[in-house]
Amino acid sequence: MHTSRVAASSSIIQHKKYSTEPHFSKYGGRTTVTALSGDGVGPELLSYVQEIFRYAGVPVDFEELEINGSTTDEETLCSALLSVQRNGIALKGNIESKFDEPGFKSMNVELRTQLELFASIVWCKSIPGVYTRHQGLDIILIRENTEGEYSNLEYQIVPGCIENLKIITEAKSTKIAKYAFEFAKTHGRKKVTAIHKANIMKLGDGLFLESCRKVASQYPDIEFNDMIVDNASMQMVSKPQQFDVLVMPNLYGNILSNITAGLVGGYGVVSGMNIGDDYAVFEMGTRSSGRSLKGKNIANPTGMLLASCDMLDYIGCNKHAELIRDSVMKVMSVDKVQTPDLGGQATTLEVIQAIIEDIKPKTTSWSTTAAQNVSIDAFLFNFKVTIVNSTLESCMRRPIEMAKRWQTFKE
Amino acid sequence: KMTDGLFLKCCRHVAEQNKDIKFKEMYLDTVCLNMVQDPTQFDVLVMPNLYGDILSDLCAGLIGGLGVTPSGNIGQDGAIFESVHGTAPDIAGEDKANPTALLLSAVMMLRYMGLSPYAQRIEMACFDVIREGRVLTGDLGGSSKCSEFTEEICRKVRESE
Repeated sequence: MHTSRVAASSSIIQHKKYSTEPHFSKYGGRTTVTALSGDGVGPELLSYVQEIFRYAGVPVDFEELEINGSTTDEETLCSALLSVQRNGIALKGNIESKFDEPGFKSMNVELRTQLELFASIVWCKSIPGVYTRHQGLDIILIRENTEGEYSNLEYQIVPGCIENLKIITEAKSTKIAKYAFEFAKTHGRKKVTAIHKANIMKLGDGLFLESCRKVASQYPDIEFNDMIVDNASMQMVSKPQQFDVLVMPNLYGNILSNITAGLVGGYGVVSGMNIGDDYAVFEMGTRSSGRSLKGKNIANPTGMLLASCDMLDYIGCNKHAELIRDSVMKVMSVDKVQTPDLGGQATTLEVIQAIIEDIKPKTTSWSTTAAQNVSIDAFLFNFKVTIVNSTLESCMRRPIEMAKRWQTFKE
Repeated sequence: KMTDGLFLKCCRHVAEQNKDIKFKEMYLDTVCLNMVQDPTQFDVLVMPNLYGDILSDLCAGLIGGLGVTPSGNIGQDGAIFESVHGTAPDIAGEDKANPTALLLSAVMMLRYMGLSPYAQRIEMACFDVIREGRVLTGDLGGSSKCSEFTEEICRKVRESE
């Protein structure tokens, strides 16, 4: 089903400014990933991800950090940044921004700018079994993630009159355009469309458009066109099949990503990734905290699970990613266990349980293979429960190695 | 925060003075998401310039495009009502254009002028013609000329007297 996406995240690794590979915090075959709790349904969805990872035997440990809209101190933000810098990857729930307090910085924006996560990619693909007005969509939205209208430069000129500076730079515009074209090339996409409002913001969006055009000239095999953002919004709701890859500045990316996500099923089914040269943060595509859904057991966990699968692809755990993704898709599309946002009646827990039930038989066969390779003596050895768990999980990947280790440990 | 924050503060202030009308605040991206999934939940939206530009085109796309969307620009001293579609130079003078957008803008103008009964009749006639689907211009899937479409609406207006 989503097998074409398996290559997506891992191919992102190849697009690097420097020759070094992105680093992960990997020890003993297990990768540590930062989990940023966020607000609303973020914490509960992240806990479900961990639950499913446990059943799928994913060799990932989470470094959990509580960071949400009521976090006011710099220290927590610094800890979060340090953790992501240390681990290289994070899975994140959305953090609400209190817009009533002007001096309050948005944590989401701070994280993205400080970690230089210059590209936000939201891949909207129609899902079989999820009823939507438009079918057969496969649109990639690539959004500049660190400047534009989110530069956080506002000041009051006189009481009752505020000025907001939108920053567009040639460097960042070129970088995001290049990323978009490379992404299109890697995934065999045929067309890149730049979204702008250069008829009104002649200098700002004009610079963005010009940068995109210059990059486009280096990719003659990929068709390039541009569209004004309001027209693009209208086209997206009436004829979305015309779009392939979109590259946009920050605000327009926000708007169009949400429109397109709505077209393929809504907040619950779309995942997003924020990619920088050195770090990657995975989250739900619509970046919604789901405040009104908190604690009601009706939030759709699919988006977060798909984001976690993208993360697994990114770190090279393709087998686990495919396993979980296939189960998620089967439960949603074939078994039709869907939460209310998709028109179903299931609770979040029911969806999670259905996914776990689908995963269990697949991973049982993995442990069976491991058992055949580990000697009976090793199983009779007196061990603690924690060792058993990590053994089984590791055994799924390297049964012969573990068997040898058991022998030496026993001796 | 300061720009949209100020806008929001002003909206809240006015909402306080009009408690009989329900007031709700929503983030732009949430509105976009919900608008494509269930637009019926929205009634009147008030927003700053850029968001309005984008959202109005988005909603026009949902109801059938710019060819049927009316608009009005209201000021303290005057008002201009206009259709928001392009000038369509390729079909100019060929009796092919869909007059609905401009007609409904004129209906808005009549309401603004306090001539609601006339506005109502013309609007009903226009909607009836489109609903019946017999006489439609090319962009609505029909093959009639602009003059034929207009004549049909005029006929309906006469009949409703």
